[in-house]
Amino acid sequence: MTKMEKASTFSRRAMLKAGGALVVSIGMPIGLDTVLAINTAYAQGAKPPLTPDQLSSFIAINADGSVSAFFGKMDMGQGLFTAIGQIVAEELDVPFKSVKVIMGDTATSVNQGGASGSTGVQNGGKQMRVAAAEARRVLVEMAAQKLGVIPDRVTVTDGVVSDGEKKVSYAELIGGRYFNVQLDWNKQIGNGLYAPGKAKPKHPKDYKVVGQPIPRDDIAPIVYAQTDYCTDVTRPGMLHARMIRPAFAGAVPVKVDESSIKDIPGAKVYQEKGFLAVLADKEWDAIKAAEKLKVEWSDVQPPFIDQKVLYDHIRNAPVRKQQVEGKPTGDIEEAFKTAARVIEAEYEWPFQSHACMGPACALVEIKDGLVTCWTGSQKPHYVQNGISNTLGTPTDKVHAIWVVGPGSYGRSDADDAAMDAAVLAKATGRPVRVQYTREQGTGWDPKGPASIHRARAAIDASGKVIAYEFLSKGFSRNDVNTNGSQPRDTLAGHFRDVALKSGDNFGVPAESYEFANKRMLWETIPPLLDRASPMRSSHLRDPVGPQIHFASESFMDEVAAALNVDPIELRLRHLKAPRDIAVIKAAAKKAGWQSRPSPRRDQTGTKVSGRGMAYAQRNGTTVAVVADVEVDRASGKIWARKFTVAHDCGLVINPDGLKHTIEGNIVQGVSRTLWEEVKFDTKSVTSVDWLTYPILDITEAPETIDVVLINRPELPATGAGEPSIRPVAAAIANAIFDATGVRIRRVPFSPDRVKAALA
Amino acid sequence: MLPLSFREDEHAMTQKISLNVNGKTQTIDADSDMPLLYALRNDLGLNNPHFGCGLAQCGACTVHLDGAAIRSCITPVSAVGDGKVVTLAGLGTPEKPHPVQKAYVEEQVPQCGYCINGWVMTAAALLNRNKKPSDADIKNALTGLKCRCGTHMAIMRAVKRAATMMG
Repeated sequence: MTKMEKASTFSRRAMLKAGGALVVSIGMPIGLDTVLAINTAYAQGAKPPLTPDQLSSFIAINADGSVSAFFGKMDMGQGLFTAIGQIVAEELDVPFKSVKVIMGDTATSVNQGGASGSTGVQNGGKQMRVAAAEARRVLVEMAAQKLGVIPDRVTVTDGVVSDGEKKVSYAELIGGRYFNVQLDWNKQIGNGLYAPGKAKPKHPKDYKVVGQPIPRDDIAPIVYAQTDYCTDVTRPGMLHARMIRPAFAGAVPVKVDESSIKDIPGAKVYQEKGFLAVLADKEWDAIKAAEKLKVEWSDVQPPFIDQKVLYDHIRNAPVRKQQVEGKPTGDIEEAFKTAARVIEAEYEWPFQSHACMGPACALVEIKDGLVTCWTGSQKPHYVQNGISNTLGTPTDKVHAIWVVGPGSYGRSDADDAAMDAAVLAKATGRPVRVQYTREQGTGWDPKGPASIHRARAAIDASGKVIAYEFLSKGFSRNDVNTNGSQPRDTLAGHFRDVALKSGDNFGVPAESYEFANKRMLWETIPPLLDRASPMRSSHLRDPVGPQIHFASESFMDEVAAALNVDPIELRLRHLKAPRDIAVIKAAAKKAGWQSRPSPRRDQTGTKVSGRGMAYAQRNGTTVAVVADVEVDRASGKIWARKFTVAHDCGLVINPDGLKHTIEGNIVQGVSRTLWEEVKFDTKSVTSVDWLTYPILDITEAPETIDVVLINRPELPATGAGEPSIRPVAAAIANAIFDATGVRIRRVPFSPDRVKAALA
Repeated sequence: MLPLSFREDEHAMTQKISLNVNGKTQTIDADSDMPLLYALRNDLGLNNPHFGCGLAQCGACTVHLDGAAIRSCITPVSAVGDGKVVTLAGLGTPEKPHPVQKAYVEEQVPQCGYCINGWVMTAAALLNRNKKPSDADIKNALTGLKCRCGTHMAIMRAVKRAATMMG
């Protein structure tokens, strides 16, 4: 078995027994009664309920001594299988190779929130650490009783407990049976779930496995074509389905001409209100049927604004909710009244798409009253809830199995595909595989929200910044929720007349700048369409982080330039958090940053270069980025040539996995900054493939990404899946300003826009 | 060129088509205009070439046809003829890996890995015709392929490592 073996391929019970018969060793010097009493207390053959207050819900020792770690979060390709395996191996004192991490199956793991908010290690790893530590504590106690020594006198090496003379293995103690140990659960599910035992986890100074650059062993199966993705799962008797979406958002089918596909063998139509699909035994037939089906759509008013007025729309739209974040300091209005000088700027960020590598795919089979869904969703436990709520099936009759999908990066189209498949499986009585088209994947995924950001700073007569105000105003980050647990949050619900219920959420910068007067607030505006909408917003990797920090960290540079101060110098004047100061200094040092104000003003010619920096916090992680860019003034093309990243996420679990994760964040950040923008007309989204929604090409990739990891073993491990994408756009914008003296305040920095700005 | 024979049942549109894939010749019943991708995935059980766009814009479906990297999502199955198709599964195995595969593991390239066919098959085709590619050669050969996770830095390291192995 490998670390990423699919939970779907074997039952939990079968796995526990794998590797041999049950072994229950009964030896001297303690009596049979005592051993049985301990066994009864700590181990049992029957499976305890899969609840967060049971140790068996997280850790099992198999008959062959291997360890199964049941994890309720998912690895989206950033190495979580490995990191969690390291944490569990460390606390249990077993070899890393003997730990199998089994994730994303609602039948074997509790809901730890799925992939969400870079909390895989931060929250999920924290829970697995205390569970593994508790398992070790219990095993040591069992062993000590069995060996007739006190627990303090034993050591554990590679899953064998010894007092120096006698020894007993974990497999002999409990292998093949379940822990029967109660944890102190905080009664939360999802990201907040925490259920420690009595054990105290190891001190970081004793770590042997955590902190090592152990390679991912889920990579070789991918490279040798042995990994099944969610797109590759099949079931006997399965139908292939394609969804039919309106070309005009808001329209519903009024007449569906089934005779238009009668020549396609076995092709059929399923319609329920606006929910429309074609199905066929063969995938190619389903594709043809989707192309040929004649549908008459209802006449509706164009639901969207002209894209040219997007930012004016946001500026002028009524505020649905305003929220001041944190505690404002001082008296912001008074400070601006007394200012010798005020610096103001406004920044704009477009809608962006998840544009996953492949459009979503899901398979649902309903058999003997049990609904099984194979999904690429990063939150399969919520898919279980969503199917339950969509079909009206009790949750315990729904089994959701995560199978690695074509990327995710937030609330992508995966949850919608799962619900569509569920509706169709119930309607047809056959297993149904829904595969979205590229057009649907890019056109109809929930979008990262468009926004504007206004910043202003008050400067006194001595050139000191005395006040700072920052406002985000945009579409909510939650027109649909971050998971598909409710019909109001998925297209299967919307097309079947469940109203979209947009929630209010945005955000403000995460930093530690101190000003005598400071206020940060956000405002949300209503969605453009309150029904099934290709422009509905939700979470896209580092939800609203890139847009907010593009604005706030560009603005810090604008203030520095206005005061003729080096951009890092200005930041350090106002930063107080030591870790923030440390990452900025580390990035500057590694990048060879020379202190001087921007812009450079020493370059002539077509190609000019510049440097820029930005920094941000994210839920306990702090990161600073220096970008070196080249600007072609003639073409407007930007090459973000080199990045230097200093990254502090507390304790580092696996430096190699972390570096790869940071590189991916930077490259995706460059892509979103230079190229990505959802295009739309008044009818619908028009950026529907890789030509109309371009992402960064390898010919445009950076030449170098230098990563400086600041490891802080004394601090808890915090997230890394998203923080380093956050400051990328501002670092590039600041570097363009350094190179050219021109400030670009609207993303993406596409060549035509840059050229126009430089003209 | 094509061993065709029309069936007389309800699938009157389909033809018998022989395909040589990973060294094995197999015959399938399919529409002649069906893309090779669906023959590989659904008829031959080689589900590794992935559907990414169906538009030849991303590379997730890439296979070799007589050594050249092609996009199987837009290649009609009837156009394959007696050409030899090799998929990622046929390129190499853990026991006998292609240098690009070996380098991919050593450099720990993939994140989600869904895009892998395009990059590995295209790089393998490049290294067959150019043993000592420059960075620009590699980028020019790989241009147009998509990777949404942003593993481009690791891809460059791996292709250069593979070139060294082969050189």
